[in-house]
Amino acid sequence: MLRTIGVRLGVFALGLVVASVVIFAITQALPGDIARVLLGDGASADQVAARRAQLGLDRPLPEQYLAWVGGMVRGDFGQSWLSGLPVRDLIGPRVGVTAWLAGLGLLLAAAIALPLGALAALKRRRWPGFLTSALAQVGMAVPAFWAGILLVVVFAIGLRWLPANGYVPLRSDPLEWASHLVLPVVSLGLVQAAVLIRYVRSAFLEVLGEDHFRTARSIGWTPWRALARHGLRNAAVSLVTVIGLQLASVLVGAIVIERVFVLPGLGSLLLTSVISNDLVVVRGIVMLLVLAVLLINALVDISYVFIDPRLRTGADR
Amino acid sequence: MKRLELMIGGALVGLVVAMALVSFVWTPFDPTAVLSAPPLQRPGWPHVLGTDGMGIDIASRLLVGARSALYVGVIAVGVAALVGVPLGLLTAQLPRAAAEVVLRATDIMYAFPALLLAILFASALGGSTETAMAAIGIASVPAFLRVTRAGAVTVLASDFVLAARSCGTSRPAITVRHVLPNVAPLIGVQASVSFALAILAEAALSYLGLGTPPTTPSWGRMLLDAQTFLFSDPLQAWWPGVAIAVAVLGFNLVGDGLRDFLDPRLAEVA
Repeated sequence: MLRTIGVRLGVFALGLVVASVVIFAITQALPGDIARVLLGDGASADQVAARRAQLGLDRPLPEQYLAWVGGMVRGDFGQSWLSGLPVRDLIGPRVGVTAWLAGLGLLLAAAIALPLGALAALKRRRWPGFLTSALAQVGMAVPAFWAGILLVVVFAIGLRWLPANGYVPLRSDPLEWASHLVLPVVSLGLVQAAVLIRYVRSAFLEVLGEDHFRTARSIGWTPWRALARHGLRNAAVSLVTVIGLQLASVLVGAIVIERVFVLPGLGSLLLTSVISNDLVVVRGIVMLLVLAVLLINALVDISYVFIDPRLRTGADR
Repeated sequence: MKRLELMIGGALVGLVVAMALVSFVWTPFDPTAVLSAPPLQRPGWPHVLGTDGMGIDIASRLLVGARSALYVGVIAVGVAALVGVPLGLLTAQLPRAAAEVVLRATDIMYAFPALLLAILFASALGGSTETAMAAIGIASVPAFLRVTRAGAVTVLASDFVLAARSCGTSRPAITVRHVLPNVAPLIGVQASVSFALAILAEAALSYLGLGTPPTTPSWGRMLLDAQTFLFSDPLQAWWPGVAIAVAVLGFNLVGDGLRDFLDPRLAEVA
């Protein structure tokens, strides 16, 4: 069991290294001289050279890479090329916004998809099953940001129940915080739920064919009780896997949703940094997002060991 | 039921393709002419869906937008298939340890969804249709690789491949003559699903201002423009969204229908 966990953590570390090289290489591929871009065309050659030296761009690439990674390990993400502020200070206050949005969005998606996926599996030959599957199919085709825009049209502009955009920190006013997050979380969660329903349905369909489920039914248990007692745990491995894989798309969805609702999260900082060529900030945020995805997936893999005792002996899971 | 899925999906895809084709020869008005009509008109005649904030006919922009969506989808999925399928066929023949390394590498790529990769590309190269296509294509390679490999491994273990091998047929010949035709349907299903994802990614990128440039009509960009006038003209935000949903639904249904049609055993589980 310890060996399984050790191997998985090794793969996780290797993934981080590869991802950091990829991110560094892509952000390094900028055609032209970033120092000149930042200073504008009017700058003299001396000024550009001085700026390059100041940003550390005159050093060899491997040295620049190691300095970047070494800094991150110590919690130092470098300094913004544009404002000169430490990237950590720029990112810090925004992590919470994105984490709340993505976390609550994923939670809502799971809360919708579990019962509806079970319904779609149990009643697969009757109309509730067909209807749920059809709704999921339509939901998958709706871009989350469009869902957000439509929710604003109905609930912010039409009914005036909720604010159309903006953000209030949890500490300053919990009620306002919640009211500003409802629409973003719902638009992210609804669309993610549609994708999840299909996976939940097929995970439960597999359980329905198992002997122990049939036995539970034959001793008089209702389908729902049998599914709750035996289905959930047996479907858990596939469900946890899917939810882990979904995290990447939830985080990416959050970037777009932040733009729709003007939320001051990592996504909006990422987009403004991309547009202003502030590659140090771009690098830091993308690394952070990829770290989150790789970490959650490593934890998901490790969780198998606790969910399913049969997997405890297997070394290469 | 499955035939129904395939038929509805085919009809929706056909509708989007028809929109794109028609837009080459005819649009009701010029889809790029700014202020050729009063801005923010309600649907009516002659502007069937009204005009947007720049006085451009929405119906015309919607038709031409189909081109951007299909264009990005075709190139991105083409790139992904051209890279992913040969790699999948290759890794199917590798020893287990070597194949494991390749699969682990694709695992890492899953941490870079199409949209994130595209944003990263846009930061280095600037946002454009080409950057979007490259990023979406590269991000879809792992899916093609895995599907092709999984199919090829099954085919390679079958009796007719053993028979071909015992007749002295070379490995490349077996791959081209026996493996490829047998995994082609799987690749077709993947292509359809990837196409839907590519359309969604392109729409999101254009909405963020990092995809199709503002001068070329695209559905994502139209939604961005519509958001500016959400209070005065909320109806504008419907059309491009419906168009995206129709296209994505169409390709997803075709993918699902195709899968079940080709392999009825999967119909119950998937």
